[in-house]
Amino acid sequence: MKTIKNIGLVIFLIGLGIFTALPLIGTFSLSQSDFDQLVMDNNLKSELFISAIEQDVVGKQFEGMQSLSPIVSNALDKANTRHRKNKEYKKVIYIKQYDMAAMIGKRAGSGFIAKNKGLMWFLTFGLGIFGALLYILPNVVLLGQKGIKNDGIYLENATNRGWIAWLVFVSLVTFYLVLYFRPQFAVNWTYLVDPISMELSGNAAGHWFVYGFMYCVVMTVMAVRMYIKYRHNVYQMVRTTSVLFFQIVFAFLIPEIMVRLQMPYYDFKNAFPLDYDFFFQWNLRSLINSGGIGLFILVWGTVLTLVIVPVMVYFFGKRWYCSWVCGCGGLAETLGDPYRQHSSKTLLSWKVERWLVHGVLVFAVGMTLMTLYSFFSETGTVLGIKTASVQNSYSLLIGSFFAGVIGTGFYPIFGNRVWCRFGCPLAAYLGFVQRFKSRFRITTNGGQCISCGNCSTYCEQGIDVRAYAQKGENIIRSSCVGCGICSAVCPRGVLKLENGPEKGRINPTQVLLGNDVDLMHLVNDK
Amino acid sequence: METIVIIGNGISGVTAARHIRKLSDKRIVIISAESEYFFSRTALMYVYMGHMKFEHTQPYENWFWKKNRIELVHGYVTTLDHKNKQLHLKEGEPLAYDKLIIATGSKPNRFGWPGQDLKGVQGMYSKQELEQLEKDAPDNEACHRAVIVGGGLIGIELAEMLRSRDIPVTFLVRESSFWNGVLPEGESQMINEHIREHHIDLRLSTNLVEILADENGKARAVVTDKGDTIECNLVGLTAGVTPNVDFLKGSGIELGRGVKVNRFLETNIPDIYGIGDCAEQHESIGNRRPIEAVWYTGRMMGETLAQTICGNKLEYKPGHWFNSAKFLDIEYQTYGWVFNDNARKEYEEHFHWRHPKEKICITISYHKENRLFLGINTFGIRMRHEIFDQWLSEERSVDHVMEYLKDANFDPEFYTQYEDAIVQSYNQQFGTTIQPRKKSWKRIFIKA
Repeated sequence: MKTIKNIGLVIFLIGLGIFTALPLIGTFSLSQSDFDQLVMDNNLKSELFISAIEQDVVGKQFEGMQSLSPIVSNALDKANTRHRKNKEYKKVIYIKQYDMAAMIGKRAGSGFIAKNKGLMWFLTFGLGIFGALLYILPNVVLLGQKGIKNDGIYLENATNRGWIAWLVFVSLVTFYLVLYFRPQFAVNWTYLVDPISMELSGNAAGHWFVYGFMYCVVMTVMAVRMYIKYRHNVYQMVRTTSVLFFQIVFAFLIPEIMVRLQMPYYDFKNAFPLDYDFFFQWNLRSLINSGGIGLFILVWGTVLTLVIVPVMVYFFGKRWYCSWVCGCGGLAETLGDPYRQHSSKTLLSWKVERWLVHGVLVFAVGMTLMTLYSFFSETGTVLGIKTASVQNSYSLLIGSFFAGVIGTGFYPIFGNRVWCRFGCPLAAYLGFVQRFKSRFRITTNGGQCISCGNCSTYCEQGIDVRAYAQKGENIIRSSCVGCGICSAVCPRGVLKLENGPEKGRINPTQVLLGNDVDLMHLVNDK
Repeated sequence: METIVIIGNGISGVTAARHIRKLSDKRIVIISAESEYFFSRTALMYVYMGHMKFEHTQPYENWFWKKNRIELVHGYVTTLDHKNKQLHLKEGEPLAYDKLIIATGSKPNRFGWPGQDLKGVQGMYSKQELEQLEKDAPDNEACHRAVIVGGGLIGIELAEMLRSRDIPVTFLVRESSFWNGVLPEGESQMINEHIREHHIDLRLSTNLVEILADENGKARAVVTDKGDTIECNLVGLTAGVTPNVDFLKGSGIELGRGVKVNRFLETNIPDIYGIGDCAEQHESIGNRRPIEAVWYTGRMMGETLAQTICGNKLEYKPGHWFNSAKFLDIEYQTYGWVFNDNARKEYEEHFHWRHPKEKICITISYHKENRLFLGINTFGIRMRHEIFDQWLSEERSVDHVMEYLKDANFDPEFYTQYEDAIVQSYNQQFGTTIQPRKKSWKRIFIKA
């Protein structure tokens, strides 16, 4: 069994290795006709740029995106500078340098990778999935009797912030930096999933399709791991299935199919303000111009945030969203599960958390108010501040860096809910409802707590669960996403997630059940 | 300002300190030789198993003590001079007190077995013993086999710890079935099966005769009273614990096995109190033992004594008995009294239900004449403490418990529920026609 695991690991690493090498290899040569098509599709009017590309790129062969990309960037930069200087604003190209490089690269791919998409898919995704499953499946036998299996988590390099964890950290951060800021290097990856994208939306894959597909694959494989690890715990199995379903169907398949049906790309479960650009001008215009379905989405998105989300939180706690539906939560609960113990439980981190997460909420709401004002009054500025620059800084700082690079990249070191805990404005909003108006609580079972600390250690949201449990107090915290792991790891059956009457939900105690009844009354009934 | 000195920073001493601080401004000093800061002793096993790091076993961050003006002294008390109200420490100046709380806990039993002091022989109680275990049994290359002597809660935990690192374990249990000094037969049998499922070499009705040494004075094998010699590199002695009070011998404090205390947790010397594992009641309280080496009772004594020290003199009056443990993968909770087959009262009858396949069972004890509910043992099903506490206080009948059993279920959502099967089996056995009631939030949270 151990041998199978090791073989699986080697196969996985080969697949991962090839995937990692792809951005820097491959042959690119752009034909005149492809370029003409690109110029036409994007309505490029800069003859400077066109002639520069025709001279330096068309008909030539490039090895690796690193040799092609700088030429495109330079040409674009030079052309735009000249046009601005000459005040030929109609000729300025507003496509970003790296996106232009990615676009040209996508059409120029001509080597082995672009010609053998299926085989390359198998050598990367295929080997990765197969190897990972070989690594995971033997656990059915190796983990032995069903029950909590946390043996060795703090003794192993990968899960105890050893060099493997740091390597994973660097890899994830790099991956997200490429994805958000250097998409031209993702061109080879898009070839791997072109056939799938063609099937779904009828379009060739872009780098966001790669990401979406990969997201689903990673979640599925790691969900298998969850099923095996928590096979005694039905709550975990059901929850994992739910989160996987919403990712694959709602976040991945439906939007792609909608594009095929000439509808706007929309993820029906992605609620504002997590979906921060829902009210951006371009999105509102695109929805309004999409006819009935656009209007439906507009109404749905608004109702989702204002009615559905808080009502559901009232009945079930914010877990219905954060650990049953949400995509960010879905990745955290599958890929992130091995790292959940790293979220800091100190008082200091709690203080930081409250400022940050509520700060982001204020930022998101403020930005949206500005946006709506700008949209209806048709101005570009509010109180002298440019709406677009606020939107851009939110997109960059929160949307890209916080949610992406930090949110997932930091898993191996700071735990799997860095974004959800410190950054997600939707989580902050749901948190208010959960804290002040909800039936959800984690009930503490009388005086049974032995202060062992398993609950706190494995809380991904950094809640010091034990601090409440050992006082016999229910846990009512705005940040709790209801993953149910505290209850699962408790060796004494002290914690239960449940929805009950609001009355008595918050029950501060000093002297616990089991002691003299008179003393309990004396101290607890104030 | 009055100075309260507490010897021992376990759950009893720390609970007392916290509550004294809540109620007063007295100067509080806690002395411990074991560790700088309070940690949860019950969690030590998880450090070896890699579930947690030692720092995670500490319920309060290190700044907590200074912030709450609880002074921590890392030292070992050698003698107590109650005439001058002073403690002498191994190092440093003597420490004066106005009131003294003895909360020194337990130490593992050693029954004078030959070889019990060899290297590689240890208990599993203190932080130091955890560190020793890490040295002597880091993996199954350094430790080819371990033998554990004593079939109690610490014994099975030590077995689980060693198995988590794939170290072969032989488990010597004096009794004819695991923990049957406490558990009724059916439950005890189920745990026997579960121990063996975990590939632990369980040897029942087997006693240790001696531990053999190698040329370096390290344990190399044990000899049992069955005539077997078992080669091993580690011997775990887990045959119960005894109060840690040797330093009080000759101090004038009345000692039995532990520090003798009355219902106010006072010793025979004024201003000196004893709480937790090391305290021994003059007379048992109800069905309880005079010495209760249990986490919960230690905490409860701390809560009570803090009241007395702060001027609200209170008797120690524990409520209904409860306890819990985990046997490898099986969680165990108990509320009220369910006695084993030998200790069972003449009026006590049992209803036992066991799942046909899973390791899940319950035993309910009741009064055979008036059918009064006396207590429950539950394995693999979590139950609500509040509900059982309430039923015991209200002196409900066993039939009532059956009817409302669904209210007591505390398993996580979506778990398979067994109440219908349990009640069906109960009806068959007693010819009753009880219909289990649907769970009611209103009843469950009635007190809120």
